[in-house]
Amino acid sequence: MTSSFRQSLGGRIDRSRPLGFSFDGRRYAGFAGDTLASALLANGVHLVGRSYKYHRPRGILSAGAEEPNALVGIDDGFGRFTPNLRATQVALVEGLKAQSQHRWPSLRYDVGEINDVLGSLFSAGFYYKTFMGPHWLAPNWAWKNLFEPVVRRAAGLGDAPHEPDPDRYAQYFEHCDVLVIGAGPAGLAAAKAAAASGARVIVCDEQGELGGSLLSEHQATIDGVAAADWLSATLDELAKAPNVRLTPRTQAFGYYAQNFLGLAETVDDAERRANPNAPRERLWQVRAKEVVLACGALERPLVFPDNDRPGVMLADAARVYLHRYAVKVGDAVVVAAAHDNGYRVALDLAAAGVRVARVVDLREAPSGTGFDAARGAGLGVATGAKLVGTRGRLRVSAVGVETDAGVEWIDCDALLMAGGFTPSVHLYSQSRGKVVWDEARQMFLPGVSGQRERSAGACRGVFALAEALADGARAGTQAARAAGFAAADPAIPRVDNAPETQGGTMGDVSARGRAHAKAFVDFQNDVAAKDIRLAVREGMRSIEHVKRYTTTGMATDQGKTSNLNALAIAAQMLGKSPPQVGLTSFRPPYTPVTFGTLAGASRGELFDPVRRTPIHGWAEANGAAFEDVGLWKRAHYFARAGEDMPAAVAREVEGTRERVGLFDASTLGKIEVVGPDAAVFLERMYTNPFARLEVGRCRYAPMLNEQGFIMDDGVVARLAPDRFHVTTTTGGAARVLNQMEDYLQTEFPELKVWLTSTSEQWTTIAVQGPRARNLIEPFIEGVDISAEAAPHMSVREARFAGVRARLMRVSFTGELGFEINLPPEFARAAWAALAEAGRAYDAVAYGTEAMHVMRAEKGYIIVGQDTDGTVTPDDVGLAWAVGKLKKDFVGKRSLTLPDRLGANRKQLVGLLSEDPAHVFEVGAQVVDSAQPSQGTHALGHVTSSCLSPTLVGSIALALVENGRARKGERLYVAGLPAKVSETTFYDPEGTRLHA
Amino acid sequence: MPSALASHGPLDGFSWPQTEAFSLRLAPPAARLVLRGDGAVAAAAGAAFGVAIPQTPLRAAAAAGRVALWLGPDEWLLMSEGEAPTLLAAMLEDALKQLPHSLVDVSQRQIGLQIEGANAARALNAGCPLDLSPAAFAVGAATRTMLAKAEIVLWRRGANAFHIDVWRSFADYAAKFLVEAAARAPR
Repeated sequence: MTSSFRQSLGGRIDRSRPLGFSFDGRRYAGFAGDTLASALLANGVHLVGRSYKYHRPRGILSAGAEEPNALVGIDDGFGRFTPNLRATQVALVEGLKAQSQHRWPSLRYDVGEINDVLGSLFSAGFYYKTFMGPHWLAPNWAWKNLFEPVVRRAAGLGDAPHEPDPDRYAQYFEHCDVLVIGAGPAGLAAAKAAAASGARVIVCDEQGELGGSLLSEHQATIDGVAAADWLSATLDELAKAPNVRLTPRTQAFGYYAQNFLGLAETVDDAERRANPNAPRERLWQVRAKEVVLACGALERPLVFPDNDRPGVMLADAARVYLHRYAVKVGDAVVVAAAHDNGYRVALDLAAAGVRVARVVDLREAPSGTGFDAARGAGLGVATGAKLVGTRGRLRVSAVGVETDAGVEWIDCDALLMAGGFTPSVHLYSQSRGKVVWDEARQMFLPGVSGQRERSAGACRGVFALAEALADGARAGTQAARAAGFAAADPAIPRVDNAPETQGGTMGDVSARGRAHAKAFVDFQNDVAAKDIRLAVREGMRSIEHVKRYTTTGMATDQGKTSNLNALAIAAQMLGKSPPQVGLTSFRPPYTPVTFGTLAGASRGELFDPVRRTPIHGWAEANGAAFEDVGLWKRAHYFARAGEDMPAAVAREVEGTRERVGLFDASTLGKIEVVGPDAAVFLERMYTNPFARLEVGRCRYAPMLNEQGFIMDDGVVARLAPDRFHVTTTTGGAARVLNQMEDYLQTEFPELKVWLTSTSEQWTTIAVQGPRARNLIEPFIEGVDISAEAAPHMSVREARFAGVRARLMRVSFTGELGFEINLPPEFARAAWAALAEAGRAYDAVAYGTEAMHVMRAEKGYIIVGQDTDGTVTPDDVGLAWAVGKLKKDFVGKRSLTLPDRLGANRKQLVGLLSEDPAHVFEVGAQVVDSAQPSQGTHALGHVTSSCLSPTLVGSIALALVENGRARKGERLYVAGLPAKVSETTFYDPEGTRLHA
Repeated sequence: MPSALASHGPLDGFSWPQTEAFSLRLAPPAARLVLRGDGAVAAAAGAAFGVAIPQTPLRAAAAAGRVALWLGPDEWLLMSEGEAPTLLAAMLEDALKQLPHSLVDVSQRQIGLQIEGANAARALNAGCPLDLSPAAFAVGAATRTMLAKAEIVLWRRGANAFHIDVWRSFADYAAKFLVEAAARAPR
């Protein structure tokens, strides 16, 4: 297909590389170097989408990141679909498939267009006013049940993909001395100057090609050569410098604290084809010593009736399409200007053979070189004009202009708006800098720096090419010096032949009597000038309120083209100056960032570390079901063929109680406490006394927080006078070490004691049950583990099958038990050897569920299950573990507070359901009547509950007010009766423990 | 006495990338001890260890298969390739018996990984927020830091050669993370 709007010469496209693509199923041709937008325009396609609210036909407005209309869904030729991409930023590749959005059934005939006719119903604040529902309904009822389902279906922009994203995304931290954002004239001059000092420089730019406005500069010369030649020489020089990284296709989207910036790089087609591992996007998290913001400026549209038809564009965009892509945006154009750039555009287009039907200058008496040149070139110029509106359905066909001579409709197929330029202060504002209003020039400019940054060029109102280059060079030098480099004064390039432009307007420029027409301010959110005025009439005074009421500036483009016009309209209504009405703050991201980029590698198996114990492989091979405990995978139960979980748990409990069971307790936290003051330190950290704990002995120890509540528990084993092996709960491992370290460093710095985590230095195999000693005895060398030589709560350093082991005689089941701590590398083989030897005893492997059941049968608490951060040792029957004679320990003072000694404290008790088959729900309230009336005070709640295979019935632990005094009482849980009992349901004398 | 029990590791069967730009391998087995104490402890331990224990923050000192890494004002990680931890510990305990200190064997707690190649720093920087340029993190620099969601000890052994130590149960995550990060890096 011929591209009728493509010029045969010029532009930066590569005519030797034609590319085929499709838009809404129709095939077109473009060239390498095109964007989707330029390629569509080359084919005469302006209509690319429907607007958000009114479903009005919309065309390409701009040539850059500010594009509010041309949002398309893209299949990029790799079989991936992404919605909501700006056609102006999508690099054309072979086979690209683009789809318009927000229309049904087709772009040309969209049912939703009815909204445009019904527009008067959808005024500003429409949602707030309409979806309240009748007052006789419950608040929110109508919204939740009637309106929200419908609104949700109609809302949203583009279709979210339904399949998991097949692409990969990567994130890297990066550091540099000077980060230059924007590779236009100011940015490149800054980069050059900074790089010359030897500083590490990164230059990023959102576009595929670096150069910014230089890419469409065909008139000016820099240092005596054409701007394009200066550009390629400068880029060559920077690319060769080892201290410079040039990153095109990279949007600086966020400026965070301490000069931390987020850069999103789109990986290009060439890299993705060359490297199948290449990600789709990379997030660069840059910590820059100094930043140069050279973000440029955005042209403002003009606000007048029906200013949104396809073919109505920003004037400078037409110039960019012409010079950079050799594309004429139309055959007959009208330029509506409040700024001299309109003349520049008109002259350039005329020189390229486009018929310029009229230059309509809104200013009464324009002057200057542009105006003179346009007159000289014979272009028709109207001055002091007002804009009445436009005609055309899917493309503009005429524009109505009101002058002293009356209203004239001028035929055209493109209308170009030159409203003046808005400096891009977004990133400056994000960096916590406060913008300052320049009354003379009617623009917001960067003020004092909030961080180590400076702006250069158009983003701080320095527009002329010569000045922007000089400004950039100075900024680059200054940044390098601030980063500690001796930068020489920069050479300032000489510029000739660059046109000087000025002017600009803000707000509504409609002809009088057209106040009710739709003069769009925010194209993406379909906010018109009358909506802003309505918001002000309804009492909104600050631009922040106007924004929220009308949604102006709130779409994905964040008001890049609309903010100042909206502000000017509101300010005019209020009779105030723009800064008095305020400027909304700019928030990251500057342009939308994909979730994939933010997630990076954090997906699938890298979403979180999965911690597996050394025995995991054996458990997996032997039917274990795993449960997540923090990041750990723990064996929950080991089901044999045909067994469900209760059957497996019952078998594991029975096997352990009757014979012997193996349990993987490796995830327990372990801390080695070493130093001459180790015992003193532990005395202060735990409730029990340790000074007289003999070497070779262990003690169960609760740890309290400052409030006197139990925060963890474990076993403290004394290996030597100055060395203890301390265990913690699985979940408490890091917390306990932190608490200990905190106290050691801040409260007891005088103590000679040091803490080292040994959680993963030792793998713990618990061997529990009456045959435990028989099972392990053959493996143990070097120590006597008989009941007399190694009593309950003793610890021995021994060898197990030839490897070093710490053997603790402890029990969390109530049976005779050992915990064998082994070097992890040998733990799996040790476990397998025990399991093999255990066949002789019909040993079982048991999981965490059987462990929970067995300890509940014994009334052993689990911190965090039977305690909740409001429970003292006495509350759970651990008063015996508190050293009454100890001078002090963490939490001691709080244990004497009136609240902790009060009469009605909740105490841990046993609950036996009168129906032994019924298992109460953990967390269920405990009350004293079967059918409590509303508002009945709960006496407490169930903390642990299970079916005990040993007792053949339901058992539960509960925290109940004054519980110990209620032994034998009948209480109710969910309407069912239960008897209050002791917490120890099994072997209360502990004879099995000491076997 | 050699153990009859077979040894297993968290990275058994891992497929180790070995390219010019990026290679990852398991570090040779080593004794690892955490030494805590004051300057006198460091001096005495250094004399016995044969490597002067660094008093300068973020530095490692290495000689003949042994290395001492500064991890804090009173904390060092001592590593000795191919040595039995019990023997090394006994030798050091002997040299330190007059000084209050703590020496704890962590040989099994962590796994050492060696990362080499032009992309090594880039891959580490996928999860480590530090500036790893040679100017900021020179050869011989060492620190405790993060690799994405895992804590590591990082030691630069050469211009393009790093050693990390990571807790055993995080080793699989760290290794997979590095492989992923290296694969997605710009070439």
